[in-house]
Amino acid sequence: MSDDRSPAAQYWSANLRLILGCLIVWAFVSYGCAILFRPLLAGIQFGGTDLGFWFAQQGSILSFIGLIFFYAWRMNKLDKKFDLGE
Amino acid sequence: MSQFAINLIFVGGSFALYIGIAIWARASSTKEFYVAGGGINPITNGMATAADWMSAASFISMAGLIAAGGYANSTFLMGWTGGYVLLAMLLAPYLRKFGKFTVPDFIGDRFYSSKARLVAVVCLIVASVTYVIGQMTGAGVAFSRFLEVSSTAGIWIAAVIVFFYAVFGGMKGITYTQVAQYVVLIIAYTIPAIFISLQLTGNPIPMFGLFSEHTDSGMPLLAKLDEVVRELGFRDYTADVSNKLNMVLFTLSLMIGTAGLPHVIIRFFTVPKVADARWSAGWALVFIALLYLTAPAVASMARLNLLTTVFPDGAEAPALAYEDRPQWIRSWEETGLVSFNDQNNDGRIQFYNAVPEFQATAEARGWAGNELTVNNDILVLANPEIANLPGWVIGLIAAGGIAAALSTAAGLLLAISSAISHDLIKKTLKPDISEKGEMLAARISMGGAILLATYLGLNPPGFAAQTVALAFGIAAASIFPAIMMGIFSTRMNDKGAIAGMLAGLLSTLLYIFTYLGWFFIPDTNMLANTADNWIFGISPLSFGAVGAMINFGVAFLVSNATEAPPKEIQELVESVRYPKGAGAASHLSH
Repeated sequence: MSDDRSPAAQYWSANLRLILGCLIVWAFVSYGCAILFRPLLAGIQFGGTDLGFWFAQQGSILSFIGLIFFYAWRMNKLDKKFDLGE
Repeated sequence: MSQFAINLIFVGGSFALYIGIAIWARASSTKEFYVAGGGINPITNGMATAADWMSAASFISMAGLIAAGGYANSTFLMGWTGGYVLLAMLLAPYLRKFGKFTVPDFIGDRFYSSKARLVAVVCLIVASVTYVIGQMTGAGVAFSRFLEVSSTAGIWIAAVIVFFYAVFGGMKGITYTQVAQYVVLIIAYTIPAIFISLQLTGNPIPMFGLFSEHTDSGMPLLAKLDEVVRELGFRDYTADVSNKLNMVLFTLSLMIGTAGLPHVIIRFFTVPKVADARWSAGWALVFIALLYLTAPAVASMARLNLLTTVFPDGAEAPALAYEDRPQWIRSWEETGLVSFNDQNNDGRIQFYNAVPEFQATAEARGWAGNELTVNNDILVLANPEIANLPGWVIGLIAAGGIAAALSTAAGLLLAISSAISHDLIKKTLKPDISEKGEMLAARISMGGAILLATYLGLNPPGFAAQTVALAFGIAAASIFPAIMMGIFSTRMNDKGAIAGMLAGLLSTLLYIFTYLGWFFIPDTNMLANTADNWIFGISPLSFGAVGAMINFGVAFLVSNATEAPPKEIQELVESVRYPKGAGAASHLSH
């Protein structure tokens, strides 16, 4: 796919797309699964309680770690691709 | 050997270690004092950030609040970890590229205005001092228990030690001592948790034990805990909350606050490369998560242990006789943080939730009111004693709690002192100040900040973690939006940023002071701090997220109504977006 914008502009919009995707997951696991959708997950039993409780006390934290490393890894690839790294 | 002697050995030994490292790596120039030469690798930096970050609020206070509030207080867990995602993606790499030492430096240069710098300094000081109040509260609890003095004396002792510690350290000392402190605090937090998890569930890993079977009853641990608390009139531990708006805003406040706190942001100036700033945030969260995944297990297990200590044979059988109370209740009574009041004069400890709905049941059992008051902030420190763990584990947790409070207080004091000596005096008031004069001003402002925080810590606006949550709200409402708009919008100008920061800061402070007293002075609040009085059920702890939205909104309107920033600033913003050409973090000229 050809793109007539400057490489710098392409790099920045790729970064913004990546951030947006990661933040959707970030909000979904914490505000979604752990808080707002907890009543919907109430049917899924997990260790004496429901899955929403697990997301609130464990799952969201584990997801956050995954998200940051995923972002750092993808950004390093972008830095190389556009030759904008150090 | 007495418990006092064991505590002394552990606390004293860990102190000797930190002081030894601080002397070995003594800061010699102003640059080293602030950012340790800019050459620290991401894993070391992550560990130091984690120690900086995990304060008395995380270590001493948080599990106690979760134990008391159950699911509803999961907000602390998510809020204090989720902010790192924002840091890694929205702030850290760009601030590192920008290559300044402090947050006001960034705001002053990006918004080409010494007024903006000044407003940022004020926001930073308000947030950091509030944060230190929480640390002093927590450190006071730890010192009062371990030196067996009243909690007031504990706070003053903590203040003296924090002062000497922070003033003679500087960042270089602090980076390596904080690695040592991380190691001490994570071991201190984890070992008792492993023991207790084994006792209760047979599972050595607390985060799995939390969702395992309770060995004594054969029920899942959390189901057992729900049953025990229900019989005493408390809400189910895992019960859902009805006010989801407040829960979401509180979590959001803590998350944005994390990304707006100067002592955390400053850490990302110290890595060698932009890519390292991203990895650093990830490593910091890994080290933080080791404690945060364990904390909810500590919370539920400690709550269960506490209640089964008082009611060894269940709620229907006679409660523990006051005469036979275990040693931990006796020692905490001396600090004034646990108290007993025999309302029905039967010599037994009835510990329950004395609410109107439960009164009939309580009366039928011959209870005349709740008789035991346990300060939430003692739970983590008392936890090993409640579970009858050996003396050395108790000494270890005292050392860990003190390490947590000290490391964060030191990091914050450094941020406060650099804001005053560097941003305020050197960059604004008196540019010709000598390097020596700048160091002296830094040390004097540290002393002043400690005195103020200690004074307010004597009558804190909440438990340690709650006071700290207020600091996060303030940072969320003032600093985070300004930095974020500075990076992501080329159009944002000086007037927009200043108006936004002021609107966010003042609206949040007004809301907090309305319920918690002007400048946190007790009894000066205009409305009682109860859910009925809160606007839309938003607690003062949660308002930071609203303040941040006000900040964004005002900044956007004002900026669009006034002229665009100069061309060279727009180019500067563009350049911050690409790692290329970041160089060493030493753009500061002396």
